[in-house]
Amino acid sequence: MVKRGAGSGLFVLAVRTGAAIPCPESGQAVDSSAGDRSLGLNIAVLVKQVPSSEARIKVAADGRSIDPTDVEYVINPYDEYAIEAALQVKEKFGGEVVAIALGPQRVEEALRTCLALGADRAVSLRDSSFGDPALLERSSLARARVLAAAVRKLGSEVVFAGKVSIDEDNSATGVQVAELLGWPHVSVATRLEWVDAAHAKVSREIEGASEELEVALPALLTANKGLNEPRYPSLKGIMAAKKKPMDTWDAAALELDQAAVGAGAGRISIRSLEPPPARTAGQIWTGDAREMVTKVVAALKNDRKLI
Amino acid sequence: MARFQGLDFYSIDQSLSPDERQVRDLVRDWVTNEVLPGIEQHAREGTFPLHLIPKMGEELGLFGSNFNDYGCAGLSAIAYGLIMQELERGDSGLRSFASVQGSLVMYPIREFGSEAQKERWLPLLRRGAAIGCFGLTEPDHGSDPGGMETRAVRTDRGWLLSGTKMWITNGSIADVAVVWARTEDGIRGFLVERGTPGFTTSDVKRKFSLRASVTSELSFQDCEVPADSILSKTTGLKNPLMCLNQARYGIAWGAIGAAQACYDAALRYTLARTQFGKPLAAFQLVQNKLCQMVTEITKAQLLALQLGRLKDQGQAKPALVSLAKRNNVAIALDIARTARDMLGANGITDEYPVGRHMVNLESVSTYEGTHDIHALIVGHAVTGIEAFA
Ligand SMILES: Cc1cc2nc3c(=O)[nH]c(=O)nc-3n(C[C@H](O)[C@H](O)[C@H](O)COP(=O)(O)OP(=O)(O)OC[C@H]3O[C@@H](n4cnc5c(N)ncnc54)[C@H](O)[C@@H]3O)c2cc1C
Repeated sequence: MVKRGAGSGLFVLAVRTGAAIPCPESGQAVDSSAGDRSLGLNIAVLVKQVPSSEARIKVAADGRSIDPTDVEYVINPYDEYAIEAALQVKEKFGGEVVAIALGPQRVEEALRTCLALGADRAVSLRDSSFGDPALLERSSLARARVLAAAVRKLGSEVVFAGKVSIDEDNSATGVQVAELLGWPHVSVATRLEWVDAAHAKVSREIEGASEELEVALPALLTANKGLNEPRYPSLKGIMAAKKKPMDTWDAAALELDQAAVGAGAGRISIRSLEPPPARTAGQIWTGDAREMVTKVVAALKNDRKLI
Repeated sequence: MARFQGLDFYSIDQSLSPDERQVRDLVRDWVTNEVLPGIEQHAREGTFPLHLIPKMGEELGLFGSNFNDYGCAGLSAIAYGLIMQELERGDSGLRSFASVQGSLVMYPIREFGSEAQKERWLPLLRRGAAIGCFGLTEPDHGSDPGGMETRAVRTDRGWLLSGTKMWITNGSIADVAVVWARTEDGIRGFLVERGTPGFTTSDVKRKFSLRASVTSELSFQDCEVPADSILSKTTGLKNPLMCLNQARYGIAWGAIGAAQACYDAALRYTLARTQFGKPLAAFQLVQNKLCQMVTEITKAQLLALQLGRLKDQGQAKPALVSLAKRNNVAIALDIARTARDMLGANGITDEYPVGRHMVNLESVSTYEGTHDIHALIVGHAVTGIEAFA
């Protein structure tokens, strides 16, 4: 149901969810009732580790993945807003924040940061059968299946993710998880306001306007820059994190079928990766202003045929 | 903003625990994002970045983070040292602030104070809601604090303080001063609150070093403090020296941070700058300088690491701390001077952090026991002969 706000350029979309929605892939019912709110919300945040934007990326020997040696991995910057949003909703209504990451053992470093920031526990999703790890990393659908299974197992009521991971730029995983769960999602959220523990008003920037939506839990939100101001972990938080639980779940723990997540489960496959072509040296013109302008204009006209 | 890549030529990172690395990276990123953008301006204007205090205190919990009570984080000595390293990569003034607050003010209150003094001050100091300073040095007694002239005399209601303390970091911005004074029963510590009648401060102006840090003179003229302001467990000169030993440990790490900042600037600069048709870094003489920097930083890191391990086992004897403070500050100063040279004319502007670190390190070399005083401490430890006087 989409209503146009009177002349305001705002859209209001009210999303309602039924009590139980069959999960499209497993056929298993997902309990979407609000649950016992007196215990607070069951919150999950999906966190991905990506090469830092400064990392010098080299293509691996297989020609289809990147060589992880000497690459510094960081939490995907958009996920930082997701983590902050998750912590804020917990601070408001109480409950538990679980940070979930999929990938090799190194993702535990990202999870430890989440625990230090204030997440209550962490789940690392790792299994040799999750196909070729490089492929799983690159197939958002296979990845979303694993993440959705984890969310289902946790019984989360609200899930946060970043709007995009800066390594692949697909903007796919978050919304795919919502689809697999049969949940509504709001992507690219820039503002979030809780009406009560079961309803949120969310704003997102669209072409020339801002869209305001109301969403009922369970729901998945993907965070954009500007949603909030992510906190730094405190030193006490880092020390407290050492005592918080971090579980590792494999395919068996998630009751996942090999065909859904193993090698070849992705709907796309990476054929090859190539670094961008090396930049050629620039050209420098010298002389006084008049001479330089004449030379540049001549070059644009004659050599480049641009004017 | 990308994370600063510290020099780790010997894979020393492997010897750090995950939470030690996490603490280091947290402070490293914080310094990059919140300290570096404004620090040159503060150094230029001779002001301390006061707005960073609540962030270091309330938000991150850096002050007294090696203590495990009164809300402090209970970090290992190495994690604490790494924090000092990262702060000093920003500026020695910032690290000085944290050293004073934690090692020279919170530490003596925690070690020598009454329960009431601890309850009152430690939470405030930890959060940065109160600032502390440490007054030991006097105009006429620096390396020889045992000669101090500041006196405390018992009165009906408490103690009467008279004397002058000089070169006191945070002096005029402090809410509470830990002041060392001679009494009938030897040297003892007192907590003197800002605003106590007879207690005034004035700042040292026109410094060319530690410009982003407040350095003051404290003056006590018939300044009466209540009986409960004495640090009751203090008995003599060894008590302030115990404090200095804590702070010197932090300086041994801090100096590595300043050295890393200078090395990083020199490496980047010489790779980017071309003379005689090739990058400066392609010349043998320049590579020799870089090699020397890498060697000295690596040795300093190994010293600090082992000292940290010993400290956690309660075995960091004062002479060991002296050796590390002396060596690490000296090599940092040397690296800063070499980096200044490698940047050519650019090295004398504040476009680059090198000149600031270089002049800062002159103070660091002098305070908390001068380079030569530490040689005398190590000399005493190895010969058994005191050569101070
Ligand atoms: C920026 C800054 C901040 C400071 N902050 C504080 C603070 O917060 N609290 C505090 O109490 N103090 C502080 N100090 C003071 C500092 O600790 C002293 O400056 C230091 O102890 C040296 O004392 P001095 O300056 O009197 O030098 P002196 O002791 O006069 O030394 C001058 C020179 O003589 C040498 N020398 C002295 N004695 C001997 C000897 N026996 N044998 C051989 N050589 C010797 C020294 O090595 C040095 O080279 C600070 C100083 C500075 C510069």
